[in-house]
Amino acid sequence: MNTYYFDNNATTRVCDEVFEEIKPYFCQMYGNPSSMHQFGGEVGHKIRESRQRVASILGCKQAEVIFTSCGTESDNMAIRGIAEANPSKMKIVTSRVEHPAVLATCRSFTEHGYDVVEVGVDEKGRLDLDELEDAVDENTAIVTIMHANNETGTIFPVDKAAQIAHAKGAVFHTDAVQSVGKIPVNMAESEIDMLSISGHKLHAPKGVGALFVRKGTRFKPYMTGGHQENGRRAGTENAAGIIGLGKACEVAQRDMELENTQVKSLRDKLETAVMKECGQCRINGDPENRLPNTTNISFELIEGESILLMLDQFGICASSGSACTSGSLEPSHVLRAMGVPFTAAHGSVRFSLSKYTTEQEVDFVIEKLPPIIKRLRELSPFT
Amino acid sequence: MWDYTDKVKDHFLNPQNVGEIENPDGVGQVGSLACGDALKLMFKVDAEGRIADVKFKTFGCASAIASASALTEIIKGMKIEEAAKVTNKDIAEFLGGLPDQKMHCSVMGREALEAAIDNYKTGTTQTHELKGKVVCKCFGITEEEIKRIVRENNLTDVDEVMNYCKAGGGCRACRPEIAEIIEGITGSKADAGEKPYEKPQKLTNIQKIQLIQKCIDEQIRPALRADGGDLELIDVIGDEVIVAFRGMCAGCPSSKITMKDVVEARLHEFVSDDLTVVQEK
Repeated sequence: MNTYYFDNNATTRVCDEVFEEIKPYFCQMYGNPSSMHQFGGEVGHKIRESRQRVASILGCKQAEVIFTSCGTESDNMAIRGIAEANPSKMKIVTSRVEHPAVLATCRSFTEHGYDVVEVGVDEKGRLDLDELEDAVDENTAIVTIMHANNETGTIFPVDKAAQIAHAKGAVFHTDAVQSVGKIPVNMAESEIDMLSISGHKLHAPKGVGALFVRKGTRFKPYMTGGHQENGRRAGTENAAGIIGLGKACEVAQRDMELENTQVKSLRDKLETAVMKECGQCRINGDPENRLPNTTNISFELIEGESILLMLDQFGICASSGSACTSGSLEPSHVLRAMGVPFTAAHGSVRFSLSKYTTEQEVDFVIEKLPPIIKRLRELSPFT
Repeated sequence: MWDYTDKVKDHFLNPQNVGEIENPDGVGQVGSLACGDALKLMFKVDAEGRIADVKFKTFGCASAIASASALTEIIKGMKIEEAAKVTNKDIAEFLGGLPDQKMHCSVMGREALEAAIDNYKTGTTQTHELKGKVVCKCFGITEEEIKRIVRENNLTDVDEVMNYCKAGGGCRACRPEIAEIIEGITGSKADAGEKPYEKPQKLTNIQKIQLIQKCIDEQIRPALRADGGDLELIDVIGDEVIVAFRGMCAGCPSSKITMKDVVEARLHEFVSDDLTVVQEK
């Protein structure tokens, strides 16, 4: 059975160019980049090249890039590192729709006496900037607001949010795991202090990420030990992963236009056809300011897990914000925060595309999905 | 992905006895859209008192559909007295087991069957009424229901209870009480798990008003707005919270129920049990 992959916000395939680039660093060029000998030095040189590639897509300096093991580590490093460096400030401001890597980390600070404020969003998932402005004060150590939401694709005005944070003397961090590689970011033209990225969301391998830390930003290292990453993140580097991330950034920068032409066009075709054929649907997220690859559709009166498993019978991979797929009993915290009614939240399905998604694959979903929705609605006691 | 047995997958993809029966002898409906799963079960009884035909409709996940399908296969041909003895365990065993977190689907099957048999016997359409003290306010689960599930399934901790009936899976405030219920039955200490939300012990008037406003903004308003309504906090006088419904809620015949079951319940949960909510005159 063929696989029709529409779950690229969960993870992406490693692109061929990245795979070719990293292969020698497992069995041939396996030296430790910190070693004094030339064998390790060659790996160190390649890591410097990767740092430059990451800095290029972010529009920052090489020295402002710290390699980590994943987006979650980058988020933790930013939030914990800033809080520890500013012990007199006991407030953290975030949004209610963050990824758990941010939300759970922020909430853990309440156990240490911190005031953690979660700013709300409207029905389209758009950040309430007035509420953010009210929440940030002189006691705020860090404001952390995501760049683009992983479930709905809604893009947040992080440059404006950074200005609000700075007006009160707080450090601003953004989790840009879903946006880097899909839409432009430019740290040279922004006030953002810290920004997290994750390799496997942009066709690099899993197990590698990076954190941009603007020069002059005080933070306390989170992992201590050796002097890797200029003493800001100890631990022998995941050389192959880092090299993969660098190459993936280079490829993403080169191909970014595809995201806003080919990928967006296919996403729109899928969305329009599904809405027309299935009826009683709603799009979750901001239709005017959304990642070009993401659509989150709620199918009223049916449940998301059933839809996913029926799609899976045809090899179609998607994701759901319904409670039943997660093991939790409540639907996605993002959809709840947006005020999506329970009748719709339970039946939400996210399709996330990539540059590898083909029109034939989209047509296949358009062919297979409507009969599934019809069948499940026939089963429902509410229809 | 859940680790479903082949039989669960088969009953999910090829559910048996789907549909409705014209003039059924017994009908039972449990669950709701808000809870995330619901089941409507109906049957016809023959002259010998056997279930001659049975159909269902369900809203829910794969295990909810499979459990409903399995239930219909189990009870078809049974005498009513035999069917009344079918438990959620029988449904789960018929399917070769369900993941722990999905056991509530089998419980929903048993509840729908009980409701349908009751309807058959009394001739009235049964609605799921809450009898006794409600322990889990998020999912409307009573102390009696929890006790029954603990006894029937030999449950020993709060997470297991949550898996079987959802109690304790929402705001989690009731988890210590569920642990006490388990301890009362098993005689052994039950871990309540994650620390529940703790209401502030003492509030100044300003703190109270701020907390009420925060609760309305975060816990109540999103749900009302989703249905085209809204709520405005007018004043707080002592423990009396004066509110005004707006939009669709303003003219809604159910606004009194919303005020007690949603607004007041949430304020009790997150602010103080002493608050009383009244509408602006």
